[in-house]
Amino acid sequence: MKRKNQFSTSNKYWLLILVIICIVLMGLSGFAESGKGPLSWAAGYTIVPMQKGINRVGMWIGDVSENFATLQEVKKENKELKSRLEEMTTENNRLQQNSATLERYKELYKMDQNTADYPKVAANVIASENSNWFSKFTIDKGSNDGIREDMNVLSGTGLVGIVTEVGPNWATVSSIIDDKNVSAMILTTFDKCIVSGDLQTVQDGLLKFEQLANNENEVAVGEQVVTSNISSKYLQGLLVGYISEVNVDSNNLTRSGYIIPATDFKELQEVLVITTTKQDLIDGKGESGSDNGGE
Amino acid sequence: MKKIKRILICAVLIIVCFLLETTVFQKLTFASIIPNLLIIVTSSFGFMRGQKEGMIIGFFCGLLKDILGGDLLGFYALIYMLIGYGNGFFQRVFYDEDIKLPLALIAGSEFLYGMVIYVLLFMLKSDFHFLNYLRHVIMPELVYTILVTLVLYQIILHINRRLEEEEKRSASRFV
Repeated sequence: MKRKNQFSTSNKYWLLILVIICIVLMGLSGFAESGKGPLSWAAGYTIVPMQKGINRVGMWIGDVSENFATLQEVKKENKELKSRLEEMTTENNRLQQNSATLERYKELYKMDQNTADYPKVAANVIASENSNWFSKFTIDKGSNDGIREDMNVLSGTGLVGIVTEVGPNWATVSSIIDDKNVSAMILTTFDKCIVSGDLQTVQDGLLKFEQLANNENEVAVGEQVVTSNISSKYLQGLLVGYISEVNVDSNNLTRSGYIIPATDFKELQEVLVITTTKQDLIDGKGESGSDNGGE
Repeated sequence: MKKIKRILICAVLIIVCFLLETTVFQKLTFASIIPNLLIIVTSSFGFMRGQKEGMIIGFFCGLLKDILGGDLLGFYALIYMLIGYGNGFFQRVFYDEDIKLPLALIAGSEFLYGMVIYVLLFMLKSDFHFLNYLRHVIMPELVYTILVTLVLYQIILHINRRLEEEEKRSASRFV
């Protein structure tokens, strides 16, 4: 009986020690800039390569099974794509008409910096954060490739998220469907709003937007929403998505609604990281584009 | 020597589960829900081997999750560790042949985990859509985790049984 007691007391000591370690670690990583330093370095050379390997195998299997996909499916898709192409052509015509107007607006707002001008680095998504609560993922480029915190991440079509953590050969990206707020604006009217995702709306593949001023500017369904010029972390003019629903709030001062994101967050394979951060632009470094990767 | 073998096997088990969770199961989601394999490992070692081992394994499971993904180092480590420790209390009512108790304990741990995450990371940010989170995250994750448990638990049980047999054999040889 005595022996049993000794056991449980030693267990309690262990518990206490480990709890204290955890709390100290939390405190350290809360205060220090990179509290995870050596640990994330170690993970970068042990776990991340394994994730990369599994991912590569998965992609290979995916390729093979895709090759076996029936011709029927491809044909169907072809038909769909053709009709889509027609849609796009009409849309393109409309956009070309709009672009003249837009040009004037751009000049007005000195929006000469287009997304195409930012230096970018391509990266592969190798793992997602293993929880259902947040949507973060890991990419296979890190500080060795010039990735730094707060860099914006794009897919081919639109804004994906922001780099929150960097290791030597990996980085964690927190996507905009996570419950982070993004300052955005309606492309045609330059009215500012706040875009945020939460678990509820993400189930339906939508983002929420709020606090859009309820002024005389009409906002139509399908209008583009881009990151705003007053955002502290996101570069200006990155496409977030398209308006799908607008409602006037009960206070009659603001409008809110839903946005269909331009990125398909379920099917992310390759992303582009913009190697200029907003801070660089503010500091005036980004103008020369000198910090383009290879450090 | 046997101890080192046990540690190595546990480490491999944890890493394999973590890798499965972050890569393979990302493609095997049901209603975009991923099962929580690490809680199965933590919880089963807790009630199979006692408080101390459950605690240590939980700590490392959580730490791994913290390093690759979490915001705050030590946060998940603390939660998993306490869950492992708590499961350790049930060691004396645990029998190999019975699967009801392990399932109930793992389900309980998973539910508790979901609740703690909701309270600490969402409710404290004044996000009170509890029912919504319950319906769309906590319960689906629970169900999927239980489904995976049916397979994974048998593997863990088998590994543990083999290790214990070996340990017993070598102990009796020396005495």
